[in-house]
Amino acid sequence: MAESRLAARKDAPALRVVLRYAAICAVALALFAAVLLVAGKDPLKAYADTFRSTLSSAYGLSELLVRMTPLLLTAVAVALPSRLGLINVGGEGQLYMGAWLATAGVLLFPAWPRWLLLPFAALLGFLGGALWAAIPGVLRAARLVNETIATLLLNYVAPLIISYSIFGPWRAEGSSAYPQSPAFPEAAQLPTFFDTRIHAGFLLALVALLAYWLLLEKTRWGVDMRAIGGNPEAAQRLGIPVATWVVVALAIGGGFAGLAGMGEVMGVHGRLRQSLSPGFGFTGFLISWLAGGRPLGILFMAFLLAIITSAGDTLQITQGLPYAVVNILLALILFLVLARQPLRGGAK
Amino acid sequence: MNPVVPLLEVRAITKRYGAVTANEGVDLSLRGGEVHALLGENGAGKSTLSKVIYGFTRPDSGELFLEGQPVVFPSPREARAAGIGMVFQNFMLIPALSVAENIALFLADLPPVFRLKAVGRQIREFGERFGLVVDPSATVRQLAVGDLQKVEILKLLLGRARVLIFDEPTKVLAPHEATALFQVFAALKAEGYAILFITHKLREVLACADRITVMRQGRVQGGFGPGEATVEALVSMMFGEQDLAGRPDPEAPTSPPPSSRPTLELRGASSPGTGSETALKGLDLSIRAGEIVGVAGVSGSGQKELGDLILGLRPLSAGSKWFCGVDASHWSIARMREGGVAFVPEDPLVMAAVPGMSVRENLVLGTGRRYWMDVRIDWRRLEAAMGQSFRALAFPVPRLDPPMGALSGGTLQRVVIAREMAHAPTLVVALYPTRGLDVRSTTSVRDLLRRARDGGSGILLISEDLEELAEMSDRLLVLYGGALVGDFPRGQWQVEEVGHLMTGSKETVHG
Repeated sequence: MAESRLAARKDAPALRVVLRYAAICAVALALFAAVLLVAGKDPLKAYADTFRSTLSSAYGLSELLVRMTPLLLTAVAVALPSRLGLINVGGEGQLYMGAWLATAGVLLFPAWPRWLLLPFAALLGFLGGALWAAIPGVLRAARLVNETIATLLLNYVAPLIISYSIFGPWRAEGSSAYPQSPAFPEAAQLPTFFDTRIHAGFLLALVALLAYWLLLEKTRWGVDMRAIGGNPEAAQRLGIPVATWVVVALAIGGGFAGLAGMGEVMGVHGRLRQSLSPGFGFTGFLISWLAGGRPLGILFMAFLLAIITSAGDTLQITQGLPYAVVNILLALILFLVLARQPLRGGAK
Repeated sequence: MNPVVPLLEVRAITKRYGAVTANEGVDLSLRGGEVHALLGENGAGKSTLSKVIYGFTRPDSGELFLEGQPVVFPSPREARAAGIGMVFQNFMLIPALSVAENIALFLADLPPVFRLKAVGRQIREFGERFGLVVDPSATVRQLAVGDLQKVEILKLLLGRARVLIFDEPTKVLAPHEATALFQVFAALKAEGYAILFITHKLREVLACADRITVMRQGRVQGGFGPGEATVEALVSMMFGEQDLAGRPDPEAPTSPPPSSRPTLELRGASSPGTGSETALKGLDLSIRAGEIVGVAGVSGSGQKELGDLILGLRPLSAGSKWFCGVDASHWSIARMREGGVAFVPEDPLVMAAVPGMSVRENLVLGTGRRYWMDVRIDWRRLEAAMGQSFRALAFPVPRLDPPMGALSGGTLQRVVIAREMAHAPTLVVALYPTRGLDVRSTTSVRDLLRRARDGGSGILLISEDLEELAEMSDRLLVLYGGALVGDFPRGQWQVEEVGHLMTGSKETVHG
């Protein structure tokens, strides 16, 4: 009984949070409508097109879930380190490295049976992102380089490694115009559901979100991590191994982003390509930030941003607008959220 | 300038914070062309008085007079406009900007478009006149601490201050820099500036002050004119005729049984100091079970560093640390805590608690693996153990759900103490444990340290409150400049001697 009372008490602010974000989205949509009007387009038609292509059909919905998969994972990649006060801007690079290492596994052992190859490649995907994120983690723990800078800069390195691989050793025969790795064998394709493109990575993303919540809120490790985020000096003085946790938290976060990359190559593209991600890692950062690291908020925001980024594709086709206009909408939302903060008691 | 009317005078200033009286009927006058030293222990009321003068704090009663005219400073802005400037302990400069830019920022009457070169010229001119030579185009980030202080002083001079307040200016300086500062004082004095020099270091006062006012417990204790002061007179005025020889404590054994083993020993322990930290130099120290070892010293003598060294937060550069007869020189904090070391800090919200987490979660922090249950924490067992600890200490059990940051200072300290005392610690490191607490909380913290001692814990009590140390300590150590300069058993120290050692006006004594 005590627990249900507690839950009721927690619900009230949660509802207020949802209402607040709904209001912010409404204002952003209204402002974006003005932008569309100035561009000589009909905003109502644009929104109707977007609705039709995403939410109103089974196919549209399924495509939303496909898009949500990497967004959820990269959002968790940001949210987990943020609970220790770490800012991971490197989700994009970690996603690339996860895709890269998973691809390496698939290309090295193409003949392995499916039951072995899939978990093995998934593990490599996690490792690729984790090791990539551990570099800034170690640098930060040794007090050499700020993790924000290091994760950001490594974003520019990872795609070059992919480029090298697909222009060089992994280049598929006969695709001279468009460098990419050979198509993965059947055994390396993630299972898909209901004749759609929704793949097993979506389940993995939901599990990751749940694991993130359980880890932070229910385990003794979560207490340590939140203590570091809440007061690093006290955490240090109370014997919590701060440096170790900094590396571990960034690595786990990077691992989740790596899983997103693995999902893209093994669930969507079926091979390694340069155009692996239209900035999933950065959108993931935005999602985690907008959701304040709250798991349900991440789920909601990932859904919302999946719609918005889909709108980019729709508007390109139906209205002849460049994809980049959705960046205006994203920026408007971010701006409104930021503008809201100082009124509620200043910077963090 | 009329020498009879003081440049600045305060009369009967009283300021209370709740039950604490910080200033009571304080009179002070500053004349142009003299250095006036304000001397006193920590908590004697020096800072409060300087804040009143600078307009930071409004006094409850009392008046300020500027050249004989009554004035009121609602904020530092008005005080600055009236020619009063203050050099703070923490410099207020912008590291990325140049010296000239930093100073220009401070000047109130600067036009929106100004010539930085003109400011630079003025900086050079003032610099040469008063021995404050700094390159106006240098970036502040690159300057040494002594130069930063020069910039702060120049800021005030260019802002046409005539009364300069220095709040413990030598705390951050090396000895030769302090000597240079006193030469600056002399140059300023010669041109008619009034200087208020706040400090607790006797040698420095005698080296540069014309007049000296001594404060104790919020009141002016007395004053000395030029050439009247002696070290002895200052010490006895600063610390008073207190009965500091250690009071007999009928409830406790006066000293632990001589056979009791040391819980902690330092042998020639040294630790480097960087930045504002104090290096520790070859400390020999032992804390036996059932003994309270007090550590006296003026602030910045290495007290915090000593506590951190014992807790395992600072590396040893030489010597060794022994815990319960085992070499613990390289133990981590976690291992020391696991072994039974507890820490009672001055400001728990900074050093020992996480404000955003619940009281319950804060209670489990730092308890090592005691309440682990597979990957979770056994909250029920924790609550039972902590409840017992609260009851054993006669503290009320607080509500466990609210965030720690929502608690009052006294309750917060009690939560931290209940956690630290829950597992019968073998050693308690108490770092200014009663600072900022009200009288009742202070009494209960002291009682509890005594009870822990009687229960067989070794206790290191670091404090700047000499009365507290006198009342509590079975043995008193004196720390000065990172070295132990005195070591007295209970009942064998005299206040004058301890005062001399604390202020560095006397060489090492081992009683």
